[in-house]
Amino acid sequence: MSNDVLVYVEHLEGAVTDSTFELLALGRGLASVKGGELVAALVGSGVESLAGELGAADRILVVDDERLAIFDPQGNARVLTTLVRDREPAMVLVPYTSQGMDLAADVAVGADLPLVSFCRAVRADGELGATVQLYGGKVEADVVVDADRAVFAVLSGAASAEDGRSGGAGNVEQVAVDVGDLAIRAAGVTLPEAGDVDIATQEVLVAVGRGIESEDNIEEVQELADALGAAVAASRPIVDQGWLPKTRQVGKSGLKVKPKVYLALGISGAPEHVEGMRDAATIIAVNTDPQAPIFGVAHYGWVGDLFDLVPELVDRVEGE
Amino acid sequence: MNIAVLLRAVPDPVEELELNDEGTDLDRDFLGYVLNEFDDHALEEALLIKEDVGGTVTVFAPGNADEVDQILYTALAKGADAAKKLGDDLGLLDAHAQAALFADALSGGDHDLVLCGVQASDELDGQVATLVAAMLDRPHVAVVVGTRPGDGSIRVTKEYWAGITADYDVDLPAVLGIQAAREAPRYVAVAKIRQAQQAGGLEEIDVEAPESTARVKVVEMRIPEAGEGAEMIEGDEEAAAERIVEILRAAGVV
Ligand SMILES: Cc1cc2nc3c(=O)[nH]c(=O)nc-3n(C[C@H](O)[C@H](O)[C@H](O)COP(=O)(O)OP(=O)(O)OC[C@H]3O[C@@H](n4cnc5c(N)ncnc54)[C@H](O)[C@@H]3O)c2cc1C
Repeated sequence: MSNDVLVYVEHLEGAVTDSTFELLALGRGLASVKGGELVAALVGSGVESLAGELGAADRILVVDDERLAIFDPQGNARVLTTLVRDREPAMVLVPYTSQGMDLAADVAVGADLPLVSFCRAVRADGELGATVQLYGGKVEADVVVDADRAVFAVLSGAASAEDGRSGGAGNVEQVAVDVGDLAIRAAGVTLPEAGDVDIATQEVLVAVGRGIESEDNIEEVQELADALGAAVAASRPIVDQGWLPKTRQVGKSGLKVKPKVYLALGISGAPEHVEGMRDAATIIAVNTDPQAPIFGVAHYGWVGDLFDLVPELVDRVEGE
Repeated sequence: MNIAVLLRAVPDPVEELELNDEGTDLDRDFLGYVLNEFDDHALEEALLIKEDVGGTVTVFAPGNADEVDQILYTALAKGADAAKKLGDDLGLLDAHAQAALFADALSGGDHDLVLCGVQASDELDGQVATLVAAMLDRPHVAVVVGTRPGDGSIRVTKEYWAGITADYDVDLPAVLGIQAAREAPRYVAVAKIRQAQQAGGLEEIDVEAPESTARVKVVEMRIPEAGEGAEMIEGDEEAAAERIVEILRAAGVV
């Protein structure tokens, strides 16, 4: 085995994702603790130009295969597994994102390594370990792995993307990997239609979660938003129910927003939601559950019923 | 199309959680469990596929919580054709152990498709959906938000972020980690669940809890103090509204 730390480079539509830069920043520190190299695995078709953005890595392994022009859950996993088997890095960092969720377990099983999911921090001094978030963010745990190598699936926000952004490519190495026959073939990428309110540019967002209980109740919150000149945003279940359009969804699979004020009503604060809104300048959370993890990222919190509060707020805001 | 759906009971997210004396796990003595919400979507997508092209839906769940029978009967009441409970009183199972149970129950079966929720809140050592696929060596796609069954393959929509999706054609048999069904999961009346219970039809498969191969150990668990670092507003809704308007004013938005 080596002391290297291998980071999977996530990219989509020709752009390296912030999650990747976060992993590079995290991996930089881990590689220096381990005394190994920080290695980036860049997989796709015609992607070598992206290596120029991965200067944080000592070495960039480029695997080019035209069948992987669009991320292929099976093909990309096979490439990563092969690299991990051949290079035997001590640590493999995969983002806990839509792509990473296809890769982590495959690589762990394929290379016979333990896998730690939901990582918020990763440690390399002494035993390999991590701090993870479980139960929708309600619980935090320090864990260790009983092995000298492991795969870590890392939540967004574990390190600063800025710290991982650096030009001037390290050593670029072309690697040939035979992906074999694929049982999965990409049929195309679909980009979202614009048209609705762009919640990413709003100064104030009134966001609702499952605590809103029914589609009809959104009306009340819309009133508050109108009074504030704000837009209504939502957690994922509200969108999955069809109560608000996808364009209003904040979080991992929705949009990242940075308004001046984010008012979270009846949102528990699952890590997948929090990663989309934690950079808001002022976060005010309202929830009946005093243990709701949303209070962990909020600047201000009130434990109580949103249906009691909203009419009071509407009155006062309209009086301003 | 013959579809297997993997269901898991997870601690009820709205319950107050407490830790055990060692501080290494939840105190599970009085903990309530519910069906993992993404597994509910997996079941819904399976039922929709069955409505599209016919076939069968079989649900599987490890017998590791009192609520599992209820979860399986609910699935039957919604339209699943068969329900199998894997073991009884198995106790705490990590993701690797759950995946091994499922993989074992599925191997030798003739399921074209295995659907499972893309994630569960207790999957410390990996997602069960992808672990099962890796153990069975079947193709899998995670974060699926819709399917269109074809002949020998299935077209799936995988969600990335910010509204970006990609479509894939996946040869069967395959495993899909479902994020959201095409439609919100259906409700079923309590009376129908009771009917399903009375009709029986839950098959218990006698298996032991598998040895875990996860190699991940919890050293310390913590429940973060609510609102650590936040100013918690005291008082009733009027006091809260008062204070929130002050905060909005300070932020310059009212
Ligand atoms: C791959 C993946 C991607 C995801 N992407 C996203 C994403 O982009 N965005 C997202 O939001 N989620 C996302 N999720 C889902 C996420 O895991 C959670 O399921 C979701 O965020 C929960 O939404 P919620 O807080 O509205 O609901 P819940 O977790 O059910 O919380 C509802 C809250 O409302 C409170 N409540 C109830 N009644 C009231 C009342 N009357 N007044 C005040 N409070 C009340 C409850 O105490 C509870 O805390 C994703 C999940 C996965 C697996």
